[in-house]
Formats: sequence, C-alpha cells, structure tokens
Amino acid sequence: MRHILTFLTGILFGTGISLSGMANPAKVINFFDITGTWDPSLAFVMGGAVIVTFIGYRLVFRRQAPVFEPSFDLPQNRRLDARLLTGAGIFGVGWGIAGFCPGGALPALGTLNADVVVFVVALIAGMLVTRVMSDRAAARTDTAQPAE
Amino acid sequence: METAFTPIASLTGGILIGLSAVSLMLLRGRIMGATGVLAGVLLPASRYDWTWRFLLLIGMFVGPWVYLLLAGQLPTIQVPASTPLLLLGGFLVGVGVTLGSGCTSGHGVCGMARLSPRSFAATGTFMLTTGLTVYVIRHMIGA
Repeated sequence: MRHILTFLTGILFGTGISLSGMANPAKVINFFDITGTWDPSLAFVMGGAVIVTFIGYRLVFRRQAPVFEPSFDLPQNRRLDARLLTGAGIFGVGWGIAGFCPGGALPALGTLNADVVVFVVALIAGMLVTRVMSDRAAARTDTAQPAE
Repeated sequence: METAFTPIASLTGGILIGLSAVSLMLLRGRIMGATGVLAGVLLPASRYDWTWRFLLLIGMFVGPWVYLLLAGQLPTIQVPASTPLLLLGGFLVGVGVTLGSGCTSGHGVCGMARLSPRSFAATGTFMLTTGLTVYVIRHMIGA
C-alpha cells in the first residue's frame, strides 16, 4: 500500500507540473522576462504550491510520525553558508539559460522529448561531477585534520 | 517567444504540486524535492532509500500522460535554448542544486512552507540570478 501511495504522489506531482506550465521552458523564461514578453503565470504556481504546502504541513505535523515511517526526516541545518548561496546562484544561472529546473524536467522526461533528455543528461553530469569533487574535498579535509 | 497567461491552470497545477508535497510528508515524512529524488535514485544511501524515490520518479513520468487524458494533449514544451546552451544550462543546474542542496521544489516550495531560513535565502538567490541571466541573454546579448 505504501508503495502504491508513493507512486500516486509522484503522479500528482507530475500532473501538477504538467498543468502548471513549469515543464515549458518558454513559459518559465517569460516569467523572468519582466521587461520583455512577461508571463506572470508562474507566480500562481509558486503561490498555490507554497500556500497549500504551508497549511498541509501544519496539519501533518500534528501527528507524531508519518503514516508509513517511524519519524519525520527533515533537514535540520539552519545555517546560511557560502556553499548554499553559491549553489543557489549557479542553479539560477543554469535555470535562466535552459528554462528547465529539475522539478519541471523530470515529469517532462516522461514524454521522451529530445530536448528534455539532453537537459537531464547534462543535469545528471553536473550532479555527479559536483558530488565526486565535494567527496574528494571532504576526504582531503578529513585526512588533514588530526584524529581526535 | 510569447506564451499565454494561464492563471487558472497554473494555480491549479501549483495546488496539485502542494498536495503532492503534503502527501509525501504525511506518508513518508520527507521533503518533496526533485533534486533529492533524482540524486537519491542515482546515488542511493540504501536500498530502502532508493525504492521510495524510484517510485516517486516513475510516478512523475506518468504525470504528463494523466495530463494528456485530462487536456487531450501532452504538455507544451517550447525550448528557446540551442542544444549547446541546453547542455550548459543543464550542467550548471546540476552543479548548483547539488551545492545548494535543492531546487525550486525543495527550497522554493517545501522549504519556504517550513519557513526555513536556508530555503528563503536559496530561493531569493536563485530567483535573482535566474532573472539576471534571462535579462542578459534576452536584452544584452539578444539571443
């Protein structure tokens, strides 16, 4: 049952993305092109999604635990650091160039559109390269520090 | 390339995205972030971690086909970027979301809904750099 419901949750997300226009790079780029061919639609996507999630999370967090897991698994880090802001900045440059974000592209990949496949291959390459390099940097830092 | 203003479809789509985020938290206690889902399928920490993310990802692929049943056509995908720019953009998105621990869904929707300061900072930053990038490409380079 938990597998079926998780799968249906993915379908809900993919259908919402399809309906919202987030899977259409021309629409995404036009949202940011305020001085040009502006299309404010995506403000409605973000607004609707954030409000529903804000209210829904508050209802869900009245529970002691999720339905199928022993506990909620939430990011605990609250520090603003250079890595976060650099990453977010680089993500924005890529989003502005391509017009796809990961949440827009993954459902769109289900249509096997060639442009989406190209984007997702490059996306995966960027993710893997960054992961390998930060793992190496972490390993260097570990060996440089004295054992406690 | 002009696109039509679609407030009703976009708001409805946004509400469905929000409901899916709430559903994942209720069922599995997890943040609905496309970056985390993809990273967790490619480089899973454990088989258990892989399974729920894989199911979610396959469900996402089905989404456009549900849309086809509802709307009578697959979602429109118009790509202004050339293939080399699409590759560059995709690579930068991959680097950025990995360093920044999330994207529009994880930070922009779920994180902001949790009032996470990191997500507010990340979302403000990427909205700004996306806007600047679009301005430079459209109005300074003129592509």
